[in-house]
Amino acid sequence: MSTSDTVTPVADLPVERKPFNWLPLMPWIYTIALFAIWEAAVQISGVPHTILPAPTRIFEAIVQYWGAIQRHSIQTLYTTSAGFILAVVGGLALGLLIGWSRAIYAGLYPIMVGFNAIPKVAVVPVMVIWFGIGTIPAILTAFLIAFFPIVVNVATGLATIEPETEDVLRALGAKKMDIMLKVGIPRSMPYFFGSLKVSITLAFVGSVISETVAANSGLGYMMSAAQSQFNVPLVFAGLVMLAVEGIAMYALMAWIEKRTTGWAHRSTTMAG
Amino acid sequence: MSGGDLVTIEDVDMRYGGPGGTLAVSGLNMTVRRGEFAAVVGPSGCGKSTLMKLVTGLHIPQRGVVTVSGTEVTKPVSIVGMAFQNPTMLPWRTTLDNVLLPLEIVERHRKRLRAHKKEYVEKAEQLLETVGLQGFGSKYPWQLSGGMQQRANLCRALIHEPELLMLDEPFGALDAFTREELWQVIRDLHASWDVTIVLVTHDLREAVFLADTVHVMSARPGRVLKVHEIDFERPRDIALMYENRFNDVVHTLRGEIADAREAA
Repeated sequence: MSTSDTVTPVADLPVERKPFNWLPLMPWIYTIALFAIWEAAVQISGVPHTILPAPTRIFEAIVQYWGAIQRHSIQTLYTTSAGFILAVVGGLALGLLIGWSRAIYAGLYPIMVGFNAIPKVAVVPVMVIWFGIGTIPAILTAFLIAFFPIVVNVATGLATIEPETEDVLRALGAKKMDIMLKVGIPRSMPYFFGSLKVSITLAFVGSVISETVAANSGLGYMMSAAQSQFNVPLVFAGLVMLAVEGIAMYALMAWIEKRTTGWAHRSTTMAG
Repeated sequence: MSGGDLVTIEDVDMRYGGPGGTLAVSGLNMTVRRGEFAAVVGPSGCGKSTLMKLVTGLHIPQRGVVTVSGTEVTKPVSIVGMAFQNPTMLPWRTTLDNVLLPLEIVERHRKRLRAHKKEYVEKAEQLLETVGLQGFGSKYPWQLSGGMQQRANLCRALIHEPELLMLDEPFGALDAFTREELWQVIRDLHASWDVTIVLVTHDLREAVFLADTVHVMSARPGRVLKVHEIDFERPRDIALMYENRFNDVVHTLRGEIADAREAA
């Protein structure tokens, strides 16, 4: 190797110790710090745990009621995921339809905005009338609330094709379908996968609202039941479980986004 | 196939936005011979881009006739390659796949593409080599410099062997050195390929260096005021740009465009 001559003297220099990389640990450090401050604040102020339970008390509740918590957590994860998958399929389809034609876009957009503005908690009773209480209203509420960001993002990706690209292809005789397949859809994918992160957290909001109002299982139901018994630590245990599920699903979506549309995140992937 | 007119534009009016809209070009007449390198210069907003779209069939004029290769243009003509100032490479495709894109669109190639992929890839690689991009086919466009992207863009415009290459200020966003290099690339492409080129540009020196004819357009609504034959011998060397006879031509053109702007 011709480079070995130049490498050797460098090796003789005092080795500078590589600074420890704290960055991957930061989320844990901050989370632990948050709980520590919370714990200390509760202990010092002496707030009763029926108002604000300390993290240790919440942890106790998680251990104590683990069987129920596990069951309800899985139910919520199931309704949320089902609603989210429906939202992905429906949102992608409607987004492509809206992005396809200016007329459809103009016609549907106001309806969608209006629909999105309706508080979903007001829709739950209607769905209870149609489907009864339980799993189906939770899935549908998650779907309704998670659907909108996906539609908007996919349609935006399609609507922002550079006119020059379109001209180059149209001059070659490209049909609208060609432009959609070759440019529009790949181009809207980063928007689509970006919207998944927003949608999955919204889906949790939807399913929990529905479970709180009308269900016999799920974390929403468990928390409202615990609340009526003044079991505040269990309410907080439910919140912690929701946060954990939310973070896990968000991380999954972020990972999928990075894997599928790496080209759109070139500044971060190239820096490595 | 030399001689004869490849592009004729006869008394064309093009108005945007319906009656009462902006008249972009009016009474436009122009002919480009087969194999010719034509440059179009003019004050900004003179309808140069409209000219591009008329010739490629992206716009159909309200009055007058545009013909390309003997047939009247009534829909997009696929024998044309286009390159713009903005390279518009698709970031999710490698440079090679970007260059191959037109083949997936043009009718007579898309059917053959799958079966003859290897042959086409070879051709694309050859083309990349011609413009000095050998070995960069597997890189993504955003891994290339602006000048390299523009070279790849030229390859994309040429891959389907168009009879006519339309260039809309392709070197506008590049630095002076890169621009000079690409002038030589395009000069050599024109010399070695059987292709007619129409170059729309703001840069008079670029126009005079590259073109056989320079068409000077008026301010909006645009029409061709004057056609200059540039008869410097070919192959032309960059050194030509520092000779007096070259500068005299550029100077004359400059004067004409200044007059055209004044008239507006």
